[in-house]
Amino acid sequence: MSNNNKKWFSLNLGRKEKESSGACGCGKTSGGCGAASQSDQMTDAAFAEAAIHASIGEEKNKDGFEQVFDVKMDRRTAFKKLTASLLIGAGAVSTSCSVIGGDESKEKAQIDWEEQFKGNYKLMTDEEKNGTVDRLVRSYQLRTGKTISMSSKNAEEDVLFGYAFNISKCQGYMDCVNACVEENNQDRNSEMQYIRIHEMKDGKGFNFNEADDNYYHEVPAEGHFYMGTQCFHCDNPPCVEVCPVQATWREDDGLVVVDYDWCVGCRYCMAACPYDGRRFNWSKPEVPEAEINKNQHYLGNRMRKKGVMEKCTFCVQRSRAGKNPACVEACPTGARIFGNLLDPDSTIRWVLENKKVFRLKEDLGTEPKFWYFMD
Amino acid sequence: MRRLRVFRSLVKDSLDTITHGSKKYHLWMAFLTFGMLTGMYCYSIQLEHGLSVTGMTDRVSWGLYISNFTFLVGVAAAAVMLVMPTYVLKDIDFKQAVLIGEGLAVSALIMCLAFVIADMGGPSVLWHMIPGIGVFNFPNSMLTWDVLVLNGYLFLNITIPFYILFRHYQGKEAKSKVYIPGAILSVFWAVGIHLVTAFLYQGLQARPFWNNALLGPRFLASAFAAGPALIILVLAIIRSFTEFKIQDKTIKKIAMVVTVAAQINLIMLISELFKEFYAPTHHSESAYYLFFGLDGKDALLPWIWTAIPLNVLATVLLTFHKLRNNFKVLFFCCFILFVAIWIEKGFGLIVPGFIPGPYGKIAEYTPTGIEIGVTLGIWALGAFIFTILAKTAIGIELGELKYKKNKEN
Ligand code: SF4
Ligand code: SF4
Repeated sequence: MSNNNKKWFSLNLGRKEKESSGACGCGKTSGGCGAASQSDQMTDAAFAEAAIHASIGEEKNKDGFEQVFDVKMDRRTAFKKLTASLLIGAGAVSTSCSVIGGDESKEKAQIDWEEQFKGNYKLMTDEEKNGTVDRLVRSYQLRTGKTISMSSKNAEEDVLFGYAFNISKCQGYMDCVNACVEENNQDRNSEMQYIRIHEMKDGKGFNFNEADDNYYHEVPAEGHFYMGTQCFHCDNPPCVEVCPVQATWREDDGLVVVDYDWCVGCRYCMAACPYDGRRFNWSKPEVPEAEINKNQHYLGNRMRKKGVMEKCTFCVQRSRAGKNPACVEACPTGARIFGNLLDPDSTIRWVLENKKVFRLKEDLGTEPKFWYFMD
Repeated sequence: MRRLRVFRSLVKDSLDTITHGSKKYHLWMAFLTFGMLTGMYCYSIQLEHGLSVTGMTDRVSWGLYISNFTFLVGVAAAAVMLVMPTYVLKDIDFKQAVLIGEGLAVSALIMCLAFVIADMGGPSVLWHMIPGIGVFNFPNSMLTWDVLVLNGYLFLNITIPFYILFRHYQGKEAKSKVYIPGAILSVFWAVGIHLVTAFLYQGLQARPFWNNALLGPRFLASAFAAGPALIILVLAIIRSFTEFKIQDKTIKKIAMVVTVAAQINLIMLISELFKEFYAPTHHSESAYYLFFGLDGKDALLPWIWTAIPLNVLATVLLTFHKLRNNFKVLFFCCFILFVAIWIEKGFGLIVPGFIPGPYGKIAEYTPTGIEIGVTLGIWALGAFIFTILAKTAIGIELGELKYKKNKEN
């Protein structure tokens, strides 16, 4: 995804600008928003695609991906059949072939089977996306008798999500952290949290080394200020580049997401993230049935399994439904601001244009879509 | 058809050799089998409960497995230091050593792959990584490069010795026209596997400890010291336990390779230390943690302060011809060098990359018993495979294993 005229310290907005003229609507006059280079990028990618390994290279642009996808499905189907015959030979699929098994257990086995061999969500057509979502909902019903709703809503046109954090306002209440855990069905046993609130000493500046991101005392503590971090949804995300199977990617509305069913759990992305944005399921995640948030999205808060990566998705199940992420809604001080960077009337744009904003580790060229500012 | 028959007979003969041997041999194999079974048991626990049974956490997300993987890629790459002179430069001295070296490469590579799989959270969906069936993020992800080069190297290192042994088995000379191109290719390939493995870490801007241009070259230098050092030790053992004749000259030449590589490695280490400690920056903290500990957290100190003196001592001893030519000293040096580099390039490289964390958090890592069990199991697996390969190869080279035309009926 490296674009050739990348400006490291620019606000890389307006990615989806349609006109090809140099002018763009990102509200920046520096010309570094990267919108103008869009068409070049596509041809570059297409060219590289053709040049490198027609057989194993992976489609990055969606235009030409149908043809390749057809081939892939064929191969996968062949593989599926092959494995199936092997397993049947070993008698390992007794349930799915058994005549005695009830309809439900047969259906469950059928679903598990389909799920095990489905493709990468990123490359699925909308029908296939719906198919897998339906299967997951049905499988949950079969197993627990409860009904969840799961969305596979795609990114909308002309939307690019961004986030701003007001350091002056944050008091370290951690309501955002709790709201996030509840909203996103994170594992309760390991107390997984996407958000970390760093408590820093006044007069020391942004000194993360001496900050405490694991405090248990009354806040706001005298002589301290607070700063939250989470996945910054980088516009040039290193975590996406390194994934060997493209199980994690940047969606068109800027969200960096993970397909939990495609991830192989190598944790390379975790090593590549400079912002401590990723979390791994070291054991089987557990949420008490009563606490499960049943309003889910395939790429968001649906139930995960052990051995896969997960992370903040800006609450894709909420943000794509026009709501604010749970952390924004929960914050009692109004320190958190979320919105569409391409909408000139949004609050987030107002903040970016009127406040002195900065981002963390800008020298790394990751272009986070998460800004900090002070009143 | 004939080839097939020869192959069948080769398999049968080698099965015969590897199941027969002295008492010591049987004890050794039983010991390794026990190690493997323990490893498998530990791995089954890991499969059931997830990677939470290891010492790894969100803060230090790679540990013992990846450390060993990194080190073993180096061992595998080092076989090439013997391949080149033998096949290409027609240096007869190395001929016997090279088969052993390639056997070592094969077992090291299998161990590498085993370590990677042990480290995966979802081994059951590993097919997602198979090009064509899954999605292979090539060329963006260095991990896919690594998969390609490691498997390619494995293929080369199986086919070349197999061809040679297969010819010798039938009492024929191996045609140099056939294997020399392969041998030359594997020379470049070996450098490739190690460089690519270094790039795996070097390419991460998030981890300043790794994101350093010296990492790749240093990987190579330390690999070409540790790998041949292991080969010397193995040759010494083979020499004393089998009929296989390995001349002193051969061992001395390999010792030369070890020495030069160890010296270069030491120079690079000094350069690295200078950069980290003369004008320390925020990015030097990992090195500080490794060598001196940070905030009273110092789990790696005993390791690194064992490794550095051993490394220096071995390099200094090896530098003097007199000492190096004394086999007792040589074997001792090879052993301590091997241990030193294992620490430096395993634990000493992988763990500090994560400490301090992206926001300065210092969370330490200690491997658990299960993790150690799996690790030992994989090492046992490697040793087991190597023993089988070496025993067959030695049998063929000594002429004990020979294809007899009419034996089959
Ligand atoms: S913050 Fe980390 S996990 Fe989030 S997009 Fe950036 S690199 Fe990826
Ligand atoms: S852990 Fe999963 S998402 Fe991360 S790099 Fe590996 S396969 Fe990709």
